[in-house]
Amino acid sequence: MTTTAQSPARTFKFSWTDSFLWAIRVMAIFVIVWGFVGAIALGVEGNGLSLEAWKQLFIAGVANGSMYGLLALGYSMVYGVLGFINFAHGEVFMVGAIVGFYAANALFDAGIWESNFILSILIVLVVAMASSTLTAVLIEKIAYRPLRDAPRLIPLITSIGISFFIQNAVALLVGPAVKTYPAVPTWLSDPINVFGFRVPGTVVLVLVLALISMVGLWLFVERSTTGRAMRAVAEDKEIAALMGINVDKVIVTTFAVGGAMAGVAALLWALMFRGVSFIIGFLPGIKAFTAAVLGGIGNLVGAMLGGILLGLFEGLGPNIVLRGLSWQIPVAFAVVLLIVGLAAVIGGHNTKRTGVVVLGAAAVLMAITGFAGFTIVIPGLSQLKDVVAFTALILVLIFKPAGLFGERLSKEDRA
Amino acid sequence: MDDNLKKWLPWIAVAAVALIVIVVIAVNSGGDDEAATTTTAGTETTTSAGDTTTTAAPDETTTTAAPDEKPEAGPLGAVEVAPGEEIQIRSLQAITGDVAFLGIPNLRGTELAIADYGQIKGHSVGLGTPLDDLCLAEGGAAAGQTIASDEKVIGTIGTSCSGAAVPASKLISESGGVLISPSNTSPSLTSDLVGNAGNDYNPGYYRTAHNDLYQGAAMAEFVFNELGFTTAAAIHDGDPYTDGLATAFKNAYEALGGEVVVYTAVGKEDTDMTGVLTEVAAASPQALFFPIFPPAGNNIAIQSKTVDGFDSIQLIAADGLLVDNFMELKESEGMYFSGPNLDYGSNASEIGTTAADFLAAYDAAYGEAPTASFWAHSYDATVLLLSAIDEVSVELSDGTLFIDRQALRDQLTATSSFGGIIGTLSCDAFGDCGAQRVSVVLHTDSTDIAAGKTNNVFEFSPNG
Repeated sequence: MTTTAQSPARTFKFSWTDSFLWAIRVMAIFVIVWGFVGAIALGVEGNGLSLEAWKQLFIAGVANGSMYGLLALGYSMVYGVLGFINFAHGEVFMVGAIVGFYAANALFDAGIWESNFILSILIVLVVAMASSTLTAVLIEKIAYRPLRDAPRLIPLITSIGISFFIQNAVALLVGPAVKTYPAVPTWLSDPINVFGFRVPGTVVLVLVLALISMVGLWLFVERSTTGRAMRAVAEDKEIAALMGINVDKVIVTTFAVGGAMAGVAALLWALMFRGVSFIIGFLPGIKAFTAAVLGGIGNLVGAMLGGILLGLFEGLGPNIVLRGLSWQIPVAFAVVLLIVGLAAVIGGHNTKRTGVVVLGAAAVLMAITGFAGFTIVIPGLSQLKDVVAFTALILVLIFKPAGLFGERLSKEDRA
Repeated sequence: MDDNLKKWLPWIAVAAVALIVIVVIAVNSGGDDEAATTTTAGTETTTSAGDTTTTAAPDETTTTAAPDEKPEAGPLGAVEVAPGEEIQIRSLQAITGDVAFLGIPNLRGTELAIADYGQIKGHSVGLGTPLDDLCLAEGGAAAGQTIASDEKVIGTIGTSCSGAAVPASKLISESGGVLISPSNTSPSLTSDLVGNAGNDYNPGYYRTAHNDLYQGAAMAEFVFNELGFTTAAAIHDGDPYTDGLATAFKNAYEALGGEVVVYTAVGKEDTDMTGVLTEVAAASPQALFFPIFPPAGNNIAIQSKTVDGFDSIQLIAADGLLVDNFMELKESEGMYFSGPNLDYGSNASEIGTTAADFLAAYDAAYGEAPTASFWAHSYDATVLLLSAIDEVSVELSDGTLFIDRQALRDQLTATSSFGGIIGTLSCDAFGDCGAQRVSVVLHTDSTDIAAGKTNNVFEFSPNG
C-alpha cells in the first residue's frame, strides 16, 4: 500500500519582523494602486489635472531629476572607488553655483550677458565646473587622503564635518542672503514645442546639457584609459596598484570628475531656479545620495537613471498617488476586487506564490475601503513631494535592496 | 620622578581646567550680588547689602531704612535699579539671515527711541546685546530663555516674526516680563478681536503692529470689491504669521462671497515650485495671494512666469515680501502688496518725533533708509514701554528705582490715546495696541522700490 507522498510539514516560524515587512508590502501596493487608479478616474471625471499640467510636471520632474542624476554620479563614483559616502558633495555643487553667480553677475554688469548669451553661459559653465572641481580635489587632498587607511566610518564623519564647514564658511564669506542670477534672455525662456511638449527653452537647454554630460561621462569611464583605471581601482585597489596604476592619481581624478559633474549641475540649478545661497547644497545632496542608492550604489548608469526616476517621483508622485486617494472606490468595483482578491490570497497560498498573496491582500484592502466609502483627502499636496520621494526610496529598498539596477561594490565589500 | 609625573599628569590637567572654570564662574557671578536685588515671582527671597528684606507672597514688607519707603511688590515681583545703574530692556529681532531686512530696522528704531527718550528719573536705559529671533520658533525660544532668566530685564521690544513670538512670549510672560512687538501680526498671539484670546496669547504681550485679521480683511475687500475678482488661491508656508494671514484672508474673502479655490502651503526653503504652481494654475483662480517670505516668495514669483496659465493670474503678497531683495526682481512688477499703511503724514510720537524726523535721524545714524516697513512701529513700541516705565516707577530715597512688574503691565494695558508716529495707540485687553491701519500698494518699477512701497492704492482703517 502506498500513500501519496505528502510534502513534509513546513515548520512555520512566525516572526514579527517578517510579518511587519509583509504588511508594509501589502500597504504599499494598496496605497499606490488606489492612488494611481484614483488619479486616472478623477482625470476621467474631470477633477484631475489637465494633460498640459501633467506634461509640465513630467518635464519638470525629468529636469530636476537630471540635476539629481549628475550629483548622484559624484556620490556613486566616490563610493565605488573609496567605499564611503562623500556627504560634502552637496557643498561642492553649492560652491560652483555661488562662484558661477559672481561670474554671471560680472558678465551681466559688463553687458555681455545680454549681448552674447551663448558665450556668457559657456563662461559661467567653465567657471562653475572649475570651482566645483577645485573644491572637490581640495577636499580630497586635505580631508580624505590622510584617512585613506582608516576604517570607513571615519572619512564619512569627516565628510559631514567638511560639509558644515564649507556651508558656514561660504555663509560668512558671501553672506546668507539669497543671490539671484540675472534673468535668461526671453528668446531662450520662451516656450518651444518639442515632441508634443510645450517647454520653456531654458528647460530644453537644461536637458540637453545634462544629456551631453552624462553621455560624455559614460564614454570617459567606459572607453578611455583613465576610465578603465578608475574601474580597476573601484574593483580592487590592491590588484590595481600591482598592475601599475597610480591609485592616488586615479582617486584624485574620480573626485575631479565628480566635481565637474557637480559644476554642470550647478549651472542647471542656476538656469532653472536662479536663486543660490549657502544652504542650497544640503537637500539636493541628500536627494542625490538617495538617487544613487535608488539606482544601485556604485553603478553609474544606475545613478543617472536613479536621479531621473527620483525627480519624476518627486514631481509626479504627489499628484499621481496622493491625489488619487481622495477618489472613492465605487461599490461595484469593490465587489469585483473582493472576489478577485480573496481568490488570489487563497490560490496564492495554496501554490505558495507569495507575490500573488500580497496582490490579493491589497485588492481585499481596496475592496474594504470601497465598501466603507473611505477616502483620504490631503490638502496642499505639493508640500508632501519630499515625503513621496523618500518613501519611494524606502519602498524600492524594501522590494529590491540592491537598488533598481544593482550595486557595483568593490571586491572587499562584496566578500 | 618622570614616571610619577606622567601618571598624575592627566589628573593635574583635569584639576587645572576645573580650577579655571570655577574661577571664571566666581568672577562672573560676583557682579550680580553688587547693588541691584530683584525678587522673582513668588518664590525667592534675596537680601541686598542694604539690609532690606522683601518677601514675595505675604503682605508685609519690612525695611530697616525709612519706614513705608519701598512699596509692596506685586504678585510678579519688581525690578530695583540701583542709583547709577541702567534700566535694562532688551531687543529681540531677526537680525541675521534672509529676514534681517525686517529685524534690523526694528532694532534701530528701538535704539533711536532710547536715544530720543533720554533718562527715566535719572537713570539711563540700557539695551544690552541685541538678541536674534532667527524668525523661527527655535530662535524665539532660545532668546526668550535668555531674557526670562535675567532678572534685571524689565521689558523687551520684539519679536520680528510671529513664529518666534509664540515661545518667546510664553517664556517672558511666565517670568513676569513684558514683550512689545513692532511687527508680529498673527492673530493667535492676541485675540480674534471679538473677545476670545488667541491660542498663543500670554499676559504681558503687547504689539503696535496691526492684527492680521484686519490685514486679511483688507486684502479680501481689495480683491473682491476693488479688483472685482470672485476666485482666488492662497499659499502660506506653515508658520503662524503666514498661516494666520492666509486664513484671515480666506475667511474674510468667503464672507464677502468670493471663493478660495486652492489653499495650500510650501516649505520655507523650497526651491522647486512647479508642483504647487501647476496645482494653482489648474484651478484657474483670478488672483494668487502668497503672504510669505523670501526665498520661497522669490521662487514662486520667478517660476510662475514659466508655468502655463499664470498669465491671467494676479500675484499678490503681503509685508513679508515688501523687502528690497524681492522687490528688485523684475517678476515682482505689477504685484500688489498689503502691509501697514506707511502714510504717516504729520503724526507725532508722544515725545514729539514725526516720521520725517525719524527718517532723517535714521539716515544720519546708519547711512541708509530702513529696509522694511515696521520702523515706526518699533519706535512707538519703545516709547510706549519707556513712558510706561516712567509712569509706574517709584524713586526711593536712596536713589533706587523701584519698578513693579504687574503695575507696568496694568499701565500698558490701560494705554489709551497715546501718540505715536503710526497714529493713536490704544491697547485692548489682549495686547493689540496698534493703530490698525493697513494699506495695499502697487509695485510697478523694480528699479524704484521706495516708490513701490508707498504707492497706496487702497486704505483700510477700521478704527477710523
